[in-house]
Amino acid sequence: MSGKKLLLENIEIPGIETFEVYRKSGGYASVEKALKTMSPDAVVEEVKKSGLRGRGGAGFSTGMKWSFLAKPDGVPRYLVCNADESEPGTFKDRYLMEKIPHLLIEGMITASYALGANQSFIYIRGEYMWILQILQKAIAEAHQHGFLGKNILGSGYDLELVVTPGGGAYICGEETALLESLEGKRGNPRMKPPFPAVKGLWDCPTVVNNVETIAAVVPIVNHGGEHYASIGIGKSTGTKLISACGNLVRPGVYEIEMGLSVEEFIYGDNYCRGIANGKKLKACVPGGSSVPILPHYLVCKTEAGLDRLMTYESLADGGFKSGSMLGSGGFIVFDEDQCVVRNTWNFARFYAHESCGQCSPCREGTGWMEKVLNRLEHGQGNMRDIDLLADINKKIEGNTICPLGDAAAWPVAAAIRHFRDEFEWHVNEREISQKRNYGLIQEKSTSLA
Amino acid sequence: MIKVTIDDIEIEVEPGTTILNAARKVGGEIVPPAMCYYSKLPGTGGKCRTCLVEVTSGSAANPTPMPKLVPSCSTNCMDGMVVKNSTSERVFENRGGIVEFLLINHPLDCPVCDQAGECHLQDLAYEHGAQKTRYEEERRTFEPIEIGENIKLHMNRCILCYRCVQVANQLTEDRVHGVLYRGEHAEISTYIENALDTDFIGNVIDVCPVGALTDRTARFKSRVWFLKPMEAECSCSKCAGKAVLWMFGDEIYRVTTRKDHYDEVETIDDKTAWICDECRFEKKDKSQWNIIGPREVDRHSVISQGKYETKIGNQPKKIE
Ligand SMILES: Cc1cc2nc3c(=O)[nH]c(=O)nc-3n(C[C@H](O)[C@H](O)[C@H](O)COP(=O)(O)O)c2cc1C
Ligand code: SF4
Ligand code: SF4
Ligand code: FES
Repeated sequence: MSGKKLLLENIEIPGIETFEVYRKSGGYASVEKALKTMSPDAVVEEVKKSGLRGRGGAGFSTGMKWSFLAKPDGVPRYLVCNADESEPGTFKDRYLMEKIPHLLIEGMITASYALGANQSFIYIRGEYMWILQILQKAIAEAHQHGFLGKNILGSGYDLELVVTPGGGAYICGEETALLESLEGKRGNPRMKPPFPAVKGLWDCPTVVNNVETIAAVVPIVNHGGEHYASIGIGKSTGTKLISACGNLVRPGVYEIEMGLSVEEFIYGDNYCRGIANGKKLKACVPGGSSVPILPHYLVCKTEAGLDRLMTYESLADGGFKSGSMLGSGGFIVFDEDQCVVRNTWNFARFYAHESCGQCSPCREGTGWMEKVLNRLEHGQGNMRDIDLLADINKKIEGNTICPLGDAAAWPVAAAIRHFRDEFEWHVNEREISQKRNYGLIQEKSTSLA
Repeated sequence: MIKVTIDDIEIEVEPGTTILNAARKVGGEIVPPAMCYYSKLPGTGGKCRTCLVEVTSGSAANPTPMPKLVPSCSTNCMDGMVVKNSTSERVFENRGGIVEFLLINHPLDCPVCDQAGECHLQDLAYEHGAQKTRYEEERRTFEPIEIGENIKLHMNRCILCYRCVQVANQLTEDRVHGVLYRGEHAEISTYIENALDTDFIGNVIDVCPVGALTDRTARFKSRVWFLKPMEAECSCSKCAGKAVLWMFGDEIYRVTTRKDHYDEVETIDDKTAWICDECRFEKKDKSQWNIIGPREVDRHSVISQGKYETKIGNQPKKIE
């Protein structure tokens, strides 16, 4: 059993990237259903019923976000699809757009109709230039067949859809930086409030949603919100794309039903088939580089000894002390040969490089952490550096304009919390730590010296 | 009017007033320090995070505390809101952290910096900074650049408050001045070393809270506390001509705008009294000005340390 698929069900059909094959396989049914038989509010209602939560990382209720959209008279509203996917470990949107582009286009049309937007945008990561072309082709096909443009399917509803390449920075994936960038400015995040739902693109009410979120609108409208909500557990409904990478036998993008156990996902035959090369699991970052790392004993079980499940709640069980987050679904697995200090430094380097530099705690703090971690990793650290890192963390967290500051702080904090011994070993065994890795458990340094 | 309580002092303000501006109505210790916000420049604020305060009650309608510290310069008061600034341990600790962040890459070259004595970072470090640095890494450095004939940019000293960007945006046409690069490599610059050649760009010097932008016509001439600030005016076709002359004997070393208690350009006759570049850089002869009299230095800075008499002494305004 590999579970129900709602997004990737047809992905293996040859030619599914073309309009013809996609349409023959039941594509664009949600547009027909929505435009011909439903009011925009009825579509919003279905999305609310589905319990769908944003797949971009924060997991905010999509139905709620949509119903917050301000609707002043005479002011246009916009839907913007966030396809900037740049979080290390996350490559699910890429897979979806590359393989089945019409699913996103279909979702954009249905969602735009629900929100009353007549002009919508897909803001795609600049490095995904070939996917931009795939999407443009799909848009042109949809136009030809009357699913975009004026008076779609004779319903009187008009929609234009534009794909624009991103500004080439991770920060442009933060929704307000994305809007700045889309307006042609430097991609600095805006201060919130006002939220995009009130003042977004060109100061007009705007919804920003992730690629996967928008794609999920298609099965929700086709089969009804209740059907979608019947899949999954509790407040984690439906299916989720997980991009699994690291030391796995079979890394890749999987569509899972929410509630699958983490153990099944890592070791199951239908999923990642265990750790590569017969090695042991050391740690896992379950939701993209921004979320806390879990040591092996907290990956498949929670601190309370319950099975850890692939849901927003279960992955967060134990809070920051012993839990993590589902985040954007970038599931990164480390085997016993990987170095936590090196990985933490690597993530820190990423955040220091990607900070927009607007607010002082993030601009200075990310650079500082990167330098300290660099020293620790390269055998030039001191014990006080470990506490210093923990303290820099505290001064960044919660004090910044956008969540990038937190995203930079959390992984470092969690690594120190769970792997402090390994950090200390890098200080105490400066030379040995340059030659070999710490491994799973502390081994007496003399045995190797 | 709505009621807000800051450090146990209750005040009434117009709806839409920020916490910082509410605190400034009272003055004194309850006013959070502001390194990037500049009331005369719309769009500033929110960046430096020195003005973070604790909100222990969001409003009368929803009295739950706000989980994060909030930037007082860009958070509006709500009716019944309760704010802690100088009375909050959390604010004290985190502000110390912010000051540390602002200082780790700062060159601390005050002995050769023209801003020394009227520098907000100096004041802030004095009040909230630590004695010693925990920063053991190499500091970030840039070469100083001349942006035009009259202005020098020492990027090493910049805290990226973006005030000068807003001046360039709002007071001049054809902005060529802005922020390049990201993160800790972000720098203020002009695109391809363009000169800043407009009538009002000199005001960037006055809004800069540190010594990153200084007046080349006054560079290294004297420490600011040896100069006598004189209020003066002239008739000028470009600006209102209301300025402060910084004099040494009969010589004018420097011309600046008139600044208020928070070191912002004063509002005179309902207008922000920016001065034009001609008044600032070219009118250095006494005969070009009508000198009104000594300027009160209304700031707790070294300039006023016993050197000049001020209306209220050397202390920041106390609560009346
Ligand atoms: C630094 C940063 C980068 C982000 N990058 C992305 C991204 O690449 N793609 C994405 O969908 N959301 C990203 N987000 C989240 C967005 O800000 C936003 O929450 C999301 O697009 C909302 O869509 P959703 O509700 O459908 O999840 C990022 C957030 C931050 C703070
Ligand atoms: S937290 Fe970092 S990325 Fe976000 S606005 Fe501040 S400096 Fe920019
Ligand atoms: S140069 Fe001065 S005014 Fe401009 S951003 Fe830097 S510190 Fe602020
Ligand atoms: S003054 Fe408020 S953040 Fe800088």
